[in-house]
Amino acid sequence: MIETTINIILFVMLVVTALAIIRMDKLFAVVMLSGVFSFLSALLFIVMDAVDVAFTEAAVGAGITTVLMLGTIALTARTQKKSPKFQLMPVLIIIIIGVALIYGTMDMPNFGDLNSPANTHVAAYYVSNSATDIGVPNMVTGILASYRGFDTLGEVAVVFTAGVGVLVLLSGLARRRREDKEEL
Amino acid sequence: MSWEFILGHMNYWLFIILMLIGLYIVIAKGNLLKKIVGLNIFQVSVFMMYISIGKVIGGTAPILPYDNTGHVEYGLDVIYSNPLPHVLILTAIVVGVATTSLGLALIVRIREEYGTIEEDEILDAETLIAEKENEDREAWLA
Amino acid sequence: MHEHHLILRVVTKIVVGTIILFAFYVQFHGDFSPGGGFQAGVIMAVAFILYGVVFGLSKVKQVFPVWLAHKLMALGVLIYAGTGLVSLFYGYPFLDYTVFDPEHPTHGQHWGIWLVELGVGVTVSGVIVSIYYAFASRTPHISDEDW
Repeated sequence: MIETTINIILFVMLVVTALAIIRMDKLFAVVMLSGVFSFLSALLFIVMDAVDVAFTEAAVGAGITTVLMLGTIALTARTQKKSPKFQLMPVLIIIIIGVALIYGTMDMPNFGDLNSPANTHVAAYYVSNSATDIGVPNMVTGILASYRGFDTLGEVAVVFTAGVGVLVLLSGLARRRREDKEEL
Repeated sequence: MSWEFILGHMNYWLFIILMLIGLYIVIAKGNLLKKIVGLNIFQVSVFMMYISIGKVIGGTAPILPYDNTGHVEYGLDVIYSNPLPHVLILTAIVVGVATTSLGLALIVRIREEYGTIEEDEILDAETLIAEKENEDREAWLA
Repeated sequence: MHEHHLILRVVTKIVVGTIILFAFYVQFHGDFSPGGGFQAGVIMAVAFILYGVVFGLSKVKQVFPVWLAHKLMALGVLIYAGTGLVSLFYGYPFLDYTVFDPEHPTHGQHWGIWLVELGVGVTVSGVIVSIYYAFASRTPHISDEDW
């Protein structure tokens, strides 16, 4: 019961933050609020027992993303153009999508059900056998690096590729342009 | 629709509401940076959905107790939350920040080429460029 | 380069070392407590980003050169894939850590996880620092008074 209460309080704070992001015109405030949003969601992850995820969200979502967005608004613009406060079409679209999604959740298992499909098949094997198979106390690390090591190799490759993409976009062109100027 | 059903499904509905707010920002707001913030909200609410699927009532964080030599020998009778969604989402968060930075880099480049990061002004500039190219081609043909 | 406030500079000098130490703790204690390569890489990068924000880009580039950040990006992926190739070379399946200690498979798992997490941490810190350099090296188009 207490967990549900905390869940709802945190969720109300998240929604207030998100609504404030919609209404703000100063991009600096928008970026700061998105950092607040990340910290609140990290709290929600802790309530739902995902300590590793909360740690990552607090370090990555609130720290790195905020720094990079601040760097971006320093390079682009500080305020957004005033937009009309209420637009009918987007509201209609999200209402339709929302109704469809809520209809889809009707068949889902209850929150916290030990016997739901997600908690029974391979996950149950991991929980009961990781102590003998891997012998690492933190099951998340054990699954991440050993049972699903191939997955993680792919994820690391994606991070590497995204980094290379940023370098090509921001550093490569500048160098090419400088060489063009030198040729002229 | 019983009380138990509502309590059990409320989490999913709450995250859907959060996701729709993110989607609204992406659709309705013209500023590109704000669109990225909206995408982040969307993404985080999907993460919450996954984590809430893995939560077990009465369970605890998936870390086994260990003795002072670091060996895991006991604690197997305790209920743990499902660690598998945690693994998927942990990597997804880091990949998410890498792709977000790719989007931000694109915004910086767009600002350099067009001088603005508002969607409608970029479209206007594009139309102007296309008209000018058309005129040039007609002049070349004539 | 505009100098920041004295308190900011002194506090940063004290805190940066602690952040790096914490990053190593998260990296190598990740199989016992929450943490691991992804988080440690980010925390390590944050230490250098903080140093760069307070003391300026040229100072941090002396400590952590750009070429090093670019090399680390690739090095981590190579450590990870190389761990898999070692097990392949000795006749085990790809990324099967039993190869490191066939007598005690769990000890082998410990070594394998240690190596793989090291690779993850190296790549993530390299990528984050490289991205920060790429953004910070651009000259802003707007003057600072607009804030």
